[in-house]
Amino acid sequence: MKEEVRLMKGNEAVAHAAILYGCDGYFGYPITPQSEVLETLEALMPWETTGMVVLQAESEVAAINMVYGGAATGKAVMTSSSSPGISLKQEGISYIAGSELPALILNVMRGGPGLGTIQPSQADYFQATKGGGHGDYHLIVLSPASVQEMVDFVALGFDLSFKYRTPAMILADGIVGQMMEKVVLPPQRPRRTDEEIRQQCPWAITGKKGDRKRNVITSLELESSRMEVINQRLQATYREIEKNETRWEEINVEGADYLMVAFGSIARICTKAMEIAEEKGIKVGIVRPITLWPFPKEAVEKAAQGKKGILCVELNAGQMIEDVRLAVHDRLPVEHYGRLGGIIPSPQEIVDALEAKLVAESK
Amino acid sequence: MKEEIIIAGFGGQGVLSMGKILAYSGLMDNKEVTWMPSYGPEQRGGTANVTVILSDERISSPVLDTYDIVVALNQQSLDKFSPRVKKGGILIFDTSGIHKLPTRDDINIFPIKAMEATLEIGHPKAYNMVVMGALLEAMPYKLPMENVIKGLKKSLPERHHALIPLNQQAIEKGRTLL
Amino acid sequence: MDIQDIIKEENKVYCKPELIDDVHMHYCPGCSHGVVHKLLAEVIAEMGIADRTVGVSPVGCAVFAYNYVDVDWVEAAHGRAPAVATAVSRLWQDNVVFTYQGDGDMAAIGTAESIHAANRGENIVMIFVNNAIYGMTGGQMAPTTLIGQKTATTPYGRRVDLNGHPLEITNLMAILDGTCYVTRQAVHTPAAVRKTKACIKKAFENAIAKKGTSVVEIVSTCNSGWKMSPVESNEWMAQHMFEKYPLGDLKNI
Repeated sequence: MKEEVRLMKGNEAVAHAAILYGCDGYFGYPITPQSEVLETLEALMPWETTGMVVLQAESEVAAINMVYGGAATGKAVMTSSSSPGISLKQEGISYIAGSELPALILNVMRGGPGLGTIQPSQADYFQATKGGGHGDYHLIVLSPASVQEMVDFVALGFDLSFKYRTPAMILADGIVGQMMEKVVLPPQRPRRTDEEIRQQCPWAITGKKGDRKRNVITSLELESSRMEVINQRLQATYREIEKNETRWEEINVEGADYLMVAFGSIARICTKAMEIAEEKGIKVGIVRPITLWPFPKEAVEKAAQGKKGILCVELNAGQMIEDVRLAVHDRLPVEHYGRLGGIIPSPQEIVDALEAKLVAESK
Repeated sequence: MKEEIIIAGFGGQGVLSMGKILAYSGLMDNKEVTWMPSYGPEQRGGTANVTVILSDERISSPVLDTYDIVVALNQQSLDKFSPRVKKGGILIFDTSGIHKLPTRDDINIFPIKAMEATLEIGHPKAYNMVVMGALLEAMPYKLPMENVIKGLKKSLPERHHALIPLNQQAIEKGRTLL
Repeated sequence: MDIQDIIKEENKVYCKPELIDDVHMHYCPGCSHGVVHKLLAEVIAEMGIADRTVGVSPVGCAVFAYNYVDVDWVEAAHGRAPAVATAVSRLWQDNVVFTYQGDGDMAAIGTAESIHAANRGENIVMIFVNNAIYGMTGGQMAPTTLIGQKTATTPYGRRVDLNGHPLEITNLMAILDGTCYVTRQAVHTPAAVRKTKACIKKAFENAIAKKGTSVVEIVSTCNSGWKMSPVESNEWMAQHMFEKYPLGDLKNI
């Protein structure tokens, strides 16, 4: 079958990908720069075709709690928002993690703090990878650098989320959300039948049929000894995820003198910066973490061997750099370059920063 | 082949949709494409711009410092982006409302009377397609017109497909303006 | 004659509902929750829908409702039960979904979710236990606390100038087009218990018939929080609460 090549925005692509995955429900609330997800879903009317539920909730808070309820029933459900809205969702995300439920959350990041700006940002790295809500939990955090990855990570996010019963987040930024690129959409997968869900998710609240004991989805356990066991189980799951699901991309790492570490769309800008640097005789490679949690620390450590320094390029004041420093144990200079408030650095700016912060220093 | 293009002007001039039609036309010609808009409230009245990259190769950065082609449709955009045309590159600008002309002598400059031409056609909404015609004519990469028509069909909602001949006429008019 | 001689099938006039688990409840003696749980369990069993009923429990005294009534449950964050129930109901349309919420959950932190779920006409039942106080956290003011009523956070009595007015959330929900049935009942006398049971049953029938949202408010006591005996609480409720929260149907279509 010939795959159809389409041109679409990252946000639109997510909507298509959700339907094609066989997603059962989307619950959202408008916020720039991601409103096209809900708009596209409403325009595509998937309830007429696959039977997917699409609902504009009264708030981000309601939307994430709808996701919690839907996930509790074993269905593949998702929400999307942008930074201030994701802050509102943190309580619900913590409940989903604490109740060991699968769900997919898309954050198309904009600049903060507070109401901030609607322009692109990567300033929610800490929030996404270090917890965000209360309690000891992690999300599986996927960082798309292209519209195609926005599509691919919907399926990957759902699959991983169900495999580990841990919520997954696609941590995108306004650039990937708003830009249009070529994209190949996957074929339509059928939504799981209620019977399949009952079999695959025996824990789900689907109605207490037959002999099975009732299912209760809760994150509450007042008895500390039992709560500790639940926490230990969560941590064991996180260790499994770290072992099996760490993903990254390397570009021209071998033979390079310097390394840039960047995620999402900024890694694309770094690729252009790498080309400009090469013309000037500076050999620089790139490691692009694809899973921000689990962070590819071993890959970064390995790639850093024999390098003169690392530049972390981020649309924030220096967040991922902490994980990079931990990965390389500060055995080589690790510098940061970032723009704030929604300004996107140009490739030349990144080359200038590389020269000023690392090349000049090591000479 | 690689064309790195920015189209900049006022919100409401059809800058983003022109970029979209250009991107779709490239897609129909089997090119890699990216379309990166400025977005937000500035779409309604202020300045708007869109970066379109057409290439044979996989495109790295959708955000650029310098461009092969700059299309500037107001003074602000001309001031901002004419210094960012690559040496030997192309600057197209609509003379309407321009009081300060570009001074570079290391690039190819094409002043066009797009607003006047649009008024001659009698369809103000076809303005961006007149500009598109000039861009297609000036661009070293020759995008076949049949693929531009396909691009128009793809990017316009079906209820507007009746307007394709008008758009085509506007593009042809634009081609004569250089 | 020992007790086994008395407990014989032919002598049985009353028993624990089959869906109520044989465990100790954490509710205080005299609390209305136990009665409401019993009614829910009886209605669900009598309607034969236990295998397709899903409960959404709140944060509040009824947080552990899932330990007592033998159906599937999901425990919601404080105030979010109607949002959770919305998705549970929309994604499994053959299932019957109810929320069980207190006054803080329904009318303070969860006002938006309550109003909007009802306004969308979600095919759910909302059981609302209004005892005018925050029981679980130790007797603080609720949105429904009466003027002059003493609580841990209104130690000299609720004052309009400081705390605003008691919120009649059920009246608000009755005017929404999404609700089909809104009623206010109590469980302080055998007659009231029988009436409330009939109301809960009607609400579940509405959900099955997809008529929209049904709200059953149960004006209740909290003898621990009110610092009265159970009997005094019932008397105080009849004297003071019913004046502000009169019993009866607010809407029935």
